[in-house]
Amino acid sequence: MTLISDKFEATDDGGNSAQLLSEQEQQWVDKFMDETTLFLGPDPAIMRHHEIMPRTPYEQQCIDEGIDPIEVDRIRKRLAGALDEAFEMCESMGAAPGAKWADLSCAVYTAEGDVTYLSNRGVIAFSAVLHHPIRYIMKNWKNEPTVGINPGDGFFHNDSRFGMVHNTDQSMLVPVIRGGHIIAWVGATIHEGENGACEPGGMPSGSETPFDDGLRASPIKIVERGLLRRDLLTFLQHSTRDPKLMLADIKVKMGAVRRIMETVDRLIDEVGQETFVASLRMTVEDVETEVRRRIGELPDGTVTFNQFVDSTLKENILIKFACKITVKGERLIVDLTGTGPEILNRAINSPLASTKAFMAQAILSYWWPDLPRSTGALSPIEVITEEHSWADAGYDAPVGQSLQASFRGFSALQTAFAKMQFSAPIKYSNVVAPWFNQINDFLWGGTTQNGEQVGNLCADLNGMGGGAKAFRDGEDAVAPLFCAMADIGEQEVMEEEVPFLQLVSKRLVRDNQGFGKYRGGMGYEMIVASRGTPNWGFMTVTSGSKFSSVPGMFGGYGCPVYPLAIVKGINIYDIIKEDPTQFDLSMERVMNEQPFAGGDYQSAHMGLQFDVAKEGELYMIAQGAGGGYGDVLERDPELVVTDLELDRISAQIATEMYGVVWEPGTYVVHEEETRQLRADMRRARISRGTPYKEFVAKFVTEEPPAELLYFGSWGQEDDEELIATHWGGLEPQRVKGKLEDLPLIMVPDRRVLKITRLEARVLELEQKYGETVIHKS
Amino acid sequence: MTEYLFIDLDTERWICRVCAHDFGDARGNYKEGTLVYDRDPREIHPPVIDPEKYEFTFSPDPLFCRILEFYCPSCGTQIEAEYLPPGHPPTIDMLWDIDSLKAKWAASGLNPEEAVNYGPGENAVTDLSARFDGTTGHNHAHRTEGI
Repeated sequence: MTLISDKFEATDDGGNSAQLLSEQEQQWVDKFMDETTLFLGPDPAIMRHHEIMPRTPYEQQCIDEGIDPIEVDRIRKRLAGALDEAFEMCESMGAAPGAKWADLSCAVYTAEGDVTYLSNRGVIAFSAVLHHPIRYIMKNWKNEPTVGINPGDGFFHNDSRFGMVHNTDQSMLVPVIRGGHIIAWVGATIHEGENGACEPGGMPSGSETPFDDGLRASPIKIVERGLLRRDLLTFLQHSTRDPKLMLADIKVKMGAVRRIMETVDRLIDEVGQETFVASLRMTVEDVETEVRRRIGELPDGTVTFNQFVDSTLKENILIKFACKITVKGERLIVDLTGTGPEILNRAINSPLASTKAFMAQAILSYWWPDLPRSTGALSPIEVITEEHSWADAGYDAPVGQSLQASFRGFSALQTAFAKMQFSAPIKYSNVVAPWFNQINDFLWGGTTQNGEQVGNLCADLNGMGGGAKAFRDGEDAVAPLFCAMADIGEQEVMEEEVPFLQLVSKRLVRDNQGFGKYRGGMGYEMIVASRGTPNWGFMTVTSGSKFSSVPGMFGGYGCPVYPLAIVKGINIYDIIKEDPTQFDLSMERVMNEQPFAGGDYQSAHMGLQFDVAKEGELYMIAQGAGGGYGDVLERDPELVVTDLELDRISAQIATEMYGVVWEPGTYVVHEEETRQLRADMRRARISRGTPYKEFVAKFVTEEPPAELLYFGSWGQEDDEELIATHWGGLEPQRVKGKLEDLPLIMVPDRRVLKITRLEARVLELEQKYGETVIHKS
Repeated sequence: MTEYLFIDLDTERWICRVCAHDFGDARGNYKEGTLVYDRDPREIHPPVIDPEKYEFTFSPDPLFCRILEFYCPSCGTQIEAEYLPPGHPPTIDMLWDIDSLKAKWAASGLNPEEAVNYGPGENAVTDLSARFDGTTGHNHAHRTEGI
């Protein structure tokens, strides 16, 4: 069966009451399509659905034989133990830097691909998206004579258009087969990094077509009856910059999956095949049932949270990620209508499955972290999107840095939930302000001091600042939004393998906070410089340099914005060898004092395409902060002066933001003066504030400012009406309409635009000064 | 409903949890009862590197980003701070089904002011009752949140 349809069917469900063709006619159509299909791309019938599959007849038969909840729980715990063991194997043995810091996941799936249980550590989204490739394999390769699915087989893929968070991850999916029937799947996924994209490291900010995104493996049988296929392995190794990494981690994933299979084999021997299958199925269904019940506990209503992203990673724009979440009884609907269109030559677009995977991440780690880690949790949630928006990108859109959109899917759910759950009498997680949501990190690539070609990233992506809780400050650089127990690595160990030093590694940046009654967790700065390499470069891949990436909650403020700072034309190693006192490095000092003669000091947004870094040139960024919670004037003054004493905040913030008066030198709070200052500040608010309707009449405009390259709805009255910026020629034009009516959006090369501007200026000056110059093209 | 907002289910009004100010119809947008200020984001997020020398400084660009501060007109509490592009309509961030809320609380038999806290864990247990005296039928003693 190779017909592509939007209808969602179980693979072994032969019945179709709505069938328009006779049985004979359908067979003819199927035969024709089988014989004439050019190739099997991502299947919309699989890729556009996240609901758990209906029970198969075999699952029903297994369940009918009786369920003992205690035994199901015991099986689940055994699986959890096996998954955690496999996780640790990947973490200990994985060659990918990401594996060493917990950017991986292992899981057990039903025969139809629904996640029954994930490893307790690791990235939920990695495993939560793999039902798509399993369904693809079951639909297309199970009965395909040239492929087939046999005991000991293992499938590899990395293309996110077939179901993967992003193309830098690679999976190993292995069937559990008994009596000739597939009864379950086991899988492992690692953030591998290098994938042969147009830039090293696997997450190219510079990709302009899907072909720039690097390796694009649809599910392929890399392991056949227990043996790794050398022909395909060789192809994969030749497709990336790091063949050693490819070989090592395919083997690591095979080993980890084998360990899970050993537990699965023992379990089946102990409890029987039927009980095992029933327990997998009931876990998925039970989680879905429990999620519906918990939705029913939330207040009915609609919470809206819009995000504005300020970069394509090549130029500054403003593109909206709209989100309305409606609860009605046990239904929960996430509506992304109003989100900006895909940009067909920029890397920020996300496939729908990746966006949904991060919704599952929010639900299982921030809404209901006590649930068994099954994708039954996302199943009952309805998600409305428009295909060809940047959160639901089409097949032809580059997705090299899809996290720009998919992380916003996480933030939409995580942020809105504080309002959705605040008044619920039963909560399963704390009320928390927004988590930081950007990978403020260096990617790198080139030739190491050991002569190897590599491309990957620093562990600092795992150092995101946590959002403030309603009753305590957020934690500094605590964990990435996608992994609760990730690590930021051992820098000294990394420096043995890569030719650069983090000259400043973990220094907090003063005032880098989401201010509030409780402040967000802070981020730290990183300063790197290459050393001892013939060929090296750095990249950065995030937005949020002009518009804050996360807001605060209930009156608290969001994070600041983050620049990239670079000093070219110097060699810091020579400088500090000559004068060790110059080792006092910080972005603030270096950029403001410009202490190194001959240096070219530059600031830029955080979308840096691969930039050749000569020895000793400085690259500086700061990790991001979580959002603050509550009114700043309610912050305990003692907490304010503690932050001040530790140089976490400036005196200006302590006074002008928090309204605290203290004794210089001793940091003793002057309570009465503080009380008086805060009262004055509250009165000042009342004095400067404008009544809402009057304010709206003055502030709100019909359209975005003309100079903003804007994409998305404007306001929320009609989210189907989008505004976009279109370049028919070199000048941007504003267009409006429904998504399907908008022209294809492609952004011209910024260097071409700059040259055009400079040429116009040259012409203007020539005319002004009467100089006649013949310009040949 | 939030750190600073009650809904009085009897009168169906949005109420300031700090001072009992009436923000309006609970079936509508509480922001309509607030005072709003269009804040230059550079005042909240000061530059770390010199804005005279550099375009990107840790301060949001006011041409891209504004911070709308929503205040209670009576007590001056900052209820929300919304980051928006200049000119973008303020978001109607919460609309609740009041009939459903009434039904759910009636069915629970719980007192919302006593039942709601910040979630699991000892340190999340808190007093989220009104901070004002019983001007709208509440009988809690007045208390302040520090200074």
